[in-house]
Amino acid sequence: MTGESWGLLALFLGVALLCVKPLGLYIANVMEGAPIWPLRAGSVLERLIYRLCGVDPAEEMGWKRYAVALLVFNALGALLLYALQRLQYWLPLNPQHFSAPSPDSAFNTAVSFITNTNWQSYTPETTMSYLTQMAGLAVQNFLSAATGIVVAVVLIRGLARHTAKAIGNFWRDLTRVTLYVLLPIACVLALVLVSQGVIQNFSPYKQVTMLEPVTYQQQKVDAAGNPVTDGAGNPVMQTVTTRTQTLPMGPVASQESIKELGTNGGGFFNANSAHPYENPNAFTNLLEMLAIILIPASLTYTFGRMVGDTRQGWAVLAAMAILFVGLYALCNYSEQAGNPRIAALGVNEAASALQSGGNMEGKEVRFGIAGSTLFATIATTTSTGAVDSMHDSYMPLGGMVPLFDMMLGEVVFGGVGSGLYSMLIFAIIGVFIAGLMIGRTPEYIGKKIEAFEMKMSAIAILVMPLIVLVGTAVAVSVQAGQAGVANPGAHGFSEILYAFTSAGNNNGSAFAGLSADTLFYNTALGLAMWLGRFWPIVAVLAVAGSLAAKKRIPVTEGTMPTHGPTFIVLLIGTVLLVGALTFVPALALGPIIEHLMLWSH
Amino acid sequence: MKAILRPAIVLLLVMTALTGIAYPLLVTGLARVLFPAQAAGSLIVRNGRLVGSRLIGQPFSTPGYFWSRPSATSPQPYNGLDSGGSNLGPLNPALIAAVKARVAALRAADPGNDAPVPVDLVTASGSGLDPDISLAAAYYQAGRVARARGLSLSRVRALIAAHAKGRLLGVLGEPRVNVLELNLALDQTH
Repeated sequence: MTGESWGLLALFLGVALLCVKPLGLYIANVMEGAPIWPLRAGSVLERLIYRLCGVDPAEEMGWKRYAVALLVFNALGALLLYALQRLQYWLPLNPQHFSAPSPDSAFNTAVSFITNTNWQSYTPETTMSYLTQMAGLAVQNFLSAATGIVVAVVLIRGLARHTAKAIGNFWRDLTRVTLYVLLPIACVLALVLVSQGVIQNFSPYKQVTMLEPVTYQQQKVDAAGNPVTDGAGNPVMQTVTTRTQTLPMGPVASQESIKELGTNGGGFFNANSAHPYENPNAFTNLLEMLAIILIPASLTYTFGRMVGDTRQGWAVLAAMAILFVGLYALCNYSEQAGNPRIAALGVNEAASALQSGGNMEGKEVRFGIAGSTLFATIATTTSTGAVDSMHDSYMPLGGMVPLFDMMLGEVVFGGVGSGLYSMLIFAIIGVFIAGLMIGRTPEYIGKKIEAFEMKMSAIAILVMPLIVLVGTAVAVSVQAGQAGVANPGAHGFSEILYAFTSAGNNNGSAFAGLSADTLFYNTALGLAMWLGRFWPIVAVLAVAGSLAAKKRIPVTEGTMPTHGPTFIVLLIGTVLLVGALTFVPALALGPIIEHLMLWSH
Repeated sequence: MKAILRPAIVLLLVMTALTGIAYPLLVTGLARVLFPAQAAGSLIVRNGRLVGSRLIGQPFSTPGYFWSRPSATSPQPYNGLDSGGSNLGPLNPALIAAVKARVAALRAADPGNDAPVPVDLVTASGSGLDPDISLAAAYYQAGRVARARGLSLSRVRALIAAHAKGRLLGVLGEPRVNVLELNLALDQTH
C-alpha cells in the first residue's frame, strides 16, 4: 500500500469521526423532540403535514402497528414508483421522449429503490425521464433512508425504555427524520457538488462537435429501425464515422447528494459515481464517501446517547472501524499489486510520482487506486452500492472484498439505520454466546435476552444467507441464470453470487458484466431485495417491542460490560464468524479459486 | 386499516412534492445563480461552437494529438449515452488480448519508443468517459506528438507540465492531465 492510500484513509476516517458526536447528538434531539432551532423553524410545516394526514403525533404505537404502518407506506411507495415509470412517456419533463421500461424492469426498479438497494438493471441515461429520476427514484432515496433510520431508532427505544407498551409514532418519526436530518444536509451537499462540476439542469441532451471524428462499426438497421442480419443470422455490420458526441444532462446534483447521504447508491448515469458529471474530482469523491458514512457512523452516538451511556455507542463504532480498516487494506493492497498478466505485456503498473499504477481496468485516473478502493469499501460495507470504479474488473481478492463486505450483513457502518439495527442484533447474539460460555442469562443494556429475542434475532440474521445462497444456487442451475454471465470460468460464478449478495443485503452494487435486465433476474432479484429488506425489519421491530416491555435490571458484579475492549472483540468475532462460516465455501468457488489460478502460472 | 391508509397516502404525496419537486427545483435555482457554468456541464465553446466539456473525455487517434484512455462504451468509444466500463475480469482472455492490441498500436504509432506503457493508457476506464490520463501517460506520448507537429520535445513537455494537476493535500487525486484541454492548447501552439 502506498503512502497516499494510508493518508486518504486517515483523512477520511478523521473527518468522519469528528462529525459523529455533533450529528449523533442532533439526530437524538430530532427523534426525542428536544427543542432546538431548526425544529422550531420547520415546525409549521411539520404540524401542517400531521393535520393533512389526520394523525396525532403524540399518539404512540405498539410494535405490530408500527410494522403495519411501515409496510403499508412502503408498499404504496412501490406502487407509485412503478406507475411513474410505466407512465413516463405521457408525463412532463421527458425531453428525450423515453418510453416506459418493461413491466419486469419497472417492478425490479421499484422494489430496488423502495428497499434502499438501488440495484439498476437499466441504463439510466437512455431509460428514465427527468421526472422519473427526481420525483420517483430520488423521493425513495429519501424515504427508504428515513425508513431505515426510524427502525434503528425504534430498536434503540426498545433498549432505552422499560415496561413500555409503545415504541413511537411511525408518521412522526418518518416526517421528522426527512425534514430535519436528510433534507437540509442533502441541500447543502448538492450545492457543494455543483460548485465542483456536478450538473444540475433540465436541458435536453447537448450535441458536441468533437476535435477529431471517430470511426466505428455498428449493426446495420433497415428503414423500419430493425437490425439487419444475413442469411445465417449474423449481424450485418457497417462502418460509421461521426464527429458528434452527445452529452447527457439532468438534475444530477440534487439526486447525487441524497444517493450517498441515504446510502442508496442508484446512479443518475449508468457509470454511477465513476461518471465525471456525478463525481468530477477527488474532492467530490471524498465528499461523497463522507456523505455515505456520516449518518451510519453518527447513529452509534445517537444510540449511546438515547440509552444513557455513550460508551455503548463508541464500542459499537470501534468494532465497525476496526473491521473497516482491515477490509480496505486488503482491497487496496490487491489492486495496487496489479495484474501480472498485463504487466507481462510490457505495461508499467508501478506507483510513482507520475501515475497511481496498479490495476486500472475499470478505474478512473482522477481517483487512482486509493480513491477507487476506499470508495468500493465504504460503498459495500454500508449498503450504498454506489461505485466509482467497476468491481467486475477488480483483481480476484480485490473484488472479493466488496463481496465479503456485503456478506458480513452490512454492519460495518452499514446502511442508514439498517447498519445499526443489524449490528445491535449481532450484539445481542454476541452477548448470548458469551452468556452460554460463562453460564449466565445474557443481558444487553440492562435488558434480559430471552427466547423470543433470540428467535427473532436468528430470523433477522439468517434470512439474508438463505436468500443469497438459495438464489445463487438456483441461478447457476438454470439456463436463464447462466445466460447473463459475461466472464468465463470462476469469475462468471462470482458475478451471479455478487448479484444475489447485493440484492439480499440491499446493497445495489454489481459485478456489472452480468446481463441482469431479463425476466429471470428482474423477478428473482426483485424478490430477494424485498425479502432481504422487510423480513429483518419486522423481526427487529418485534425485538424492539419485546425489549421495551421488559423491566430494567440493575448492573451488578455479574453483569458483563458491553463497552470495553473485550466486548469489541466479541462483537467483531461474532460478525466474522457468522459471515465466514456461511459464505467461505461459496467464496472458495469464486474469487479464491480465481486468485489461485492467476498467481499459479 | 383506514387509520393507516389515509396518513400513508397523504404522507407519500406530501413527501413526493417536498423531496421530489420542491427540493430539486430549489437546488436547480440556486445552482443556476451561484454556479451557472458548472451546473450546465462545464462546456467548452470555441468560435461559437460547442466543442466539448472539460469533464467528459473524447477519443483521439491521430499521432498529433494526445490519445485518451481506451473506452468500453458502445458502439463508439466515448459515447455519452452509454457510460460504463468493460467489466472484463482480470483473467478474461478478451482483456489480455485487448491490452496486447493497444500496446501494439501505441508502439506502431511511435517507433523507437521502447519504454514500458503506462497502465492507464491501455486499460479501459470505469466511466468510458475519463477526461484524464496520468502524467506518465502524457510524457510517454510527448515524443510522438512533438514529431507529428514539428514541435520541440521540450515545448511539448512544458505544455504537459503547464496543464498537470497534482494531489490536493498530498492525498486527494492523482497526477494527471486533462486530455481535451491539453489538445486544445496544442492546437493553439504554433
